[in-house]
Amino acid sequence: MREITLRVNRQDFKVVVEDHWTLLDVLRNVIGYTGTKKGCDKGECGACTVIMEGRAVQSCLVLAVQARGKELTTIESLAQDGKLDPIQSAFHETGAIQCGFCTPGMVITSKALLSRNSNPSVEEIKRELSGNLCRCTGYVKIIEAVRKASGMAKETAERNGA
Amino acid sequence: MKTNYVNIGKRLPRVDGIVKVTGEAKYAGDLSLPGMLHGMILRSPYPHARIISIDTAKAEALPGVRAVITGKDTIGFKAGGIAAEGDEPYLALDKVCFIGDEVAAVAAVDEETAESALELIDVRYEILPAALDPVAAMADGSPLVHENTPGNLSFETNLSFGDIEKGFAGCDYVREDEFSTAAIRHGFLEPHAALANWDSSGKLTFWGSKQSPYFTYRNMGKALGITPSRVRFIQSYLGGGFGGKNEMFSVDFCAALLSKKAGRPVKVVASQEEVLYAYRQRHPALIRLKTGFMKDGTLVAMEAKIVADGGAYKGIGAMSLYLMCTFLDFPYRVPNLRVQGRRVHTNTQTSCAMRGHGVPQVRFAAEVQLDMAAEELGLDPVEVRLKNAVRPGETTGHGFKITTCGLEECIREGKKIAERWRSEVRAAGVPKRRRGIGLASYGFICGPRLAGHNTCAAQIKVHEDGSIALVTGSSDCGQGSDTVLSQIAAEVLGVRLEDIRYGTLDSEITPVDPGVYGSRVTFMTGNAVILAAEDVLRQLAEVAAKALKTDVGNIVFRDRRVFVAGSPDRGMAFDKVVKAAQYSGTGKTILGSGYWAPDGIDPPDFKTGMGNISGGYSFGTQVAEVEVDEETGRVKVCRLAMIQDCGQSINEMLTEGQLEGSAIGGIGHTFTEVIIRKEGQTMNPSFLEYRMPTALDACEVESSRTDTIDAVGPFGAKESGEGIQVAIVPALVNAVHDAIGVWFKKIPITPDDIVDAVNGAGRSKGEQT
Repeated sequence: MREITLRVNRQDFKVVVEDHWTLLDVLRNVIGYTGTKKGCDKGECGACTVIMEGRAVQSCLVLAVQARGKELTTIESLAQDGKLDPIQSAFHETGAIQCGFCTPGMVITSKALLSRNSNPSVEEIKRELSGNLCRCTGYVKIIEAVRKASGMAKETAERNGA
Repeated sequence: MKTNYVNIGKRLPRVDGIVKVTGEAKYAGDLSLPGMLHGMILRSPYPHARIISIDTAKAEALPGVRAVITGKDTIGFKAGGIAAEGDEPYLALDKVCFIGDEVAAVAAVDEETAESALELIDVRYEILPAALDPVAAMADGSPLVHENTPGNLSFETNLSFGDIEKGFAGCDYVREDEFSTAAIRHGFLEPHAALANWDSSGKLTFWGSKQSPYFTYRNMGKALGITPSRVRFIQSYLGGGFGGKNEMFSVDFCAALLSKKAGRPVKVVASQEEVLYAYRQRHPALIRLKTGFMKDGTLVAMEAKIVADGGAYKGIGAMSLYLMCTFLDFPYRVPNLRVQGRRVHTNTQTSCAMRGHGVPQVRFAAEVQLDMAAEELGLDPVEVRLKNAVRPGETTGHGFKITTCGLEECIREGKKIAERWRSEVRAAGVPKRRRGIGLASYGFICGPRLAGHNTCAAQIKVHEDGSIALVTGSSDCGQGSDTVLSQIAAEVLGVRLEDIRYGTLDSEITPVDPGVYGSRVTFMTGNAVILAAEDVLRQLAEVAAKALKTDVGNIVFRDRRVFVAGSPDRGMAFDKVVKAAQYSGTGKTILGSGYWAPDGIDPPDFKTGMGNISGGYSFGTQVAEVEVDEETGRVKVCRLAMIQDCGQSINEMLTEGQLEGSAIGGIGHTFTEVIIRKEGQTMNPSFLEYRMPTALDACEVESSRTDTIDAVGPFGAKESGEGIQVAIVPALVNAVHDAIGVWFKKIPITPDDIVDAVNGAGRSKGEQT
């Protein structure tokens, strides 16, 4: 066991971990951020996606010790002051959520995409989301939600004079 | 005729959307309790073996292990959909019947210790010969999965009406084909998970990932030897079900028994690998189908022999086989029919319900064969469908009483879409790859009657701020029923969706419910919600009538106001009426309840397949356009259209979501999904190797609904989202034929199948494969 510091959602967490523990297990079981879901635990479903240093990663494929000193973002930090992130609003209003188990991973992957490319094409959205499985929605409304959010992000940027 | 509603038929976001999109919604595996232990299950590595001995001493001695259980710790209960015929112990009693069958379970302070303990359990097996192929399993001399089940015959249904011999004798054209469908899986992302806390008073509190919680409530009581009221089942959010989370499983039982033995709360979460090799699957089926037509396309006779691979245990397989048999001809009019259905045991995973429950398998065969026959007869397959489509007011040969039915309208609209697409494809010029368009139709039930308890119920409490606490016994596995039921309550009570607080299912408080299967929730629980809301209105109307000095019959509830009919000004706010009820005189607490099941519905007769099992039937047509790359064998689904008679759609956005999920899922069922087994071992127990559609497979989906308002369903609603799963596969298979001229009689159609058919004998030898 060793003590490490993880920086999650702009907060430092001192946690005691085994070297082989995954970031996913530490987020869920030690820190208590269960919004990051454990679907397959081997990098095939995308439900555990978090943002590490600006990139979407599957937290079941990252050891907690590898995440030391890295800036981590989980689904828990997206809504601020009771207000949903535009991506979350778009998912909610577009009907992109059904059982909801893939939703946090989908939202996080979309967040990473839109942070990099504020106006992705449908093909780019599909490619980016292809590592996140969803059995309920058939992806149609999820893709629509990301498109809608990209429009919203663009509008916000324009309003802010960016 | 559509009515102007405030809440019904709108595109309203779901009531659980915000907590799901923020990650706050807790699923069973997210929960924990102080002092909680972690459970794990030891599974059989053999498809068929007798257990000679199990030595748990070393596992028990491992530091951190708190309890170890085997079949000897149980009371020997065996589960089954027909209780008296149960054959499935939650922990093996004397033998194991498939690779993955449960042998022992451990609870320890953490998962790693539990996993280490599993390795210390010493099980000695005597390996038995295994029955692995369903056809071979029926033959004399085959190993028996269960000694008391000769011929491995799990269930049989023999459905027959009309005069089959005479029917065929009078036909202009008869054809016979053999179709087969693969074992596929539900594919929910949330693995099975359970958290149990047995307390010293002898009560079990249980949180689980179950789509039909009251199955578990009853079976848990039986398996633990306690009355069901000693089981408190509290629902958590559910990460998908699709029929695969109806039954109580070993994860549920082991969590409970381990908690009893250890005296601590125990959580058991299956790995996705376990879900994929040790839990349920859709019945793979062999369907030998003979159909006779007149030369104008009139359907005269159908005869089928169906062999469904049930796997190791019975489960709810009697219902699966019954549905395969009774839906062979539906939604068409066939006067003469004979089906011999056999569900056979093999030493593999148990098969069960999966979206469409048995119907997709047989209707794939029948809808593809219909197109084959139309081609040979020189008829338009769409016209053949129109000619034979069931109509409102008809009763089918097996006794389905059709009430409202928009099938004809669906087929006509499907035809229009197919024609529009064809002209668009033509206008676009010669494509690089072959394109094809196919069509298929379906009919489905709105909740089947089962032999046991069939009633759905709802309870409403009115808060003094005017908001509504609604609970039912049904659970939302993602399909959106919490939202739909809330919309129904809001519409009846004259309030808004945002005024409804939909409550958590808790067996100690909420009404008992048959379960979430067979597309029953909107239709049946929806009607119960209407009755509960009307009960509330009656109580509030008395209070309002007194306050407004009018008769009870004059009181109207609309848009959060209560007023005198014809005089909207003579009224008060909804919450003021509630306060008046609570605080005037001795005070009233406003509690409403209602329960509902359709009248005159027959329990399914598993032996004969006869009877009217549902209070309503839904219909639809699916159109598919594909592009086939003959060099690589890859099929790209370009677009899909679904026209649906689901009665009044309660929530357009959710209905579309159901259709889209069904449609894209169907692409997987047609082209990529298959459980591969060798010697009983599942070779692809991972999402990487079991290929479900990804976002890259998503295509344009057009959906529309007929103008049908059901007479029985709540606000005229019927089933939505399960039936469409039936038509998608044959529509795609028919589209592939349209593109390359080859008929495929087995699914999935792999790229190899297509390349072989294009290059090889497939096209020259009668164009069939």
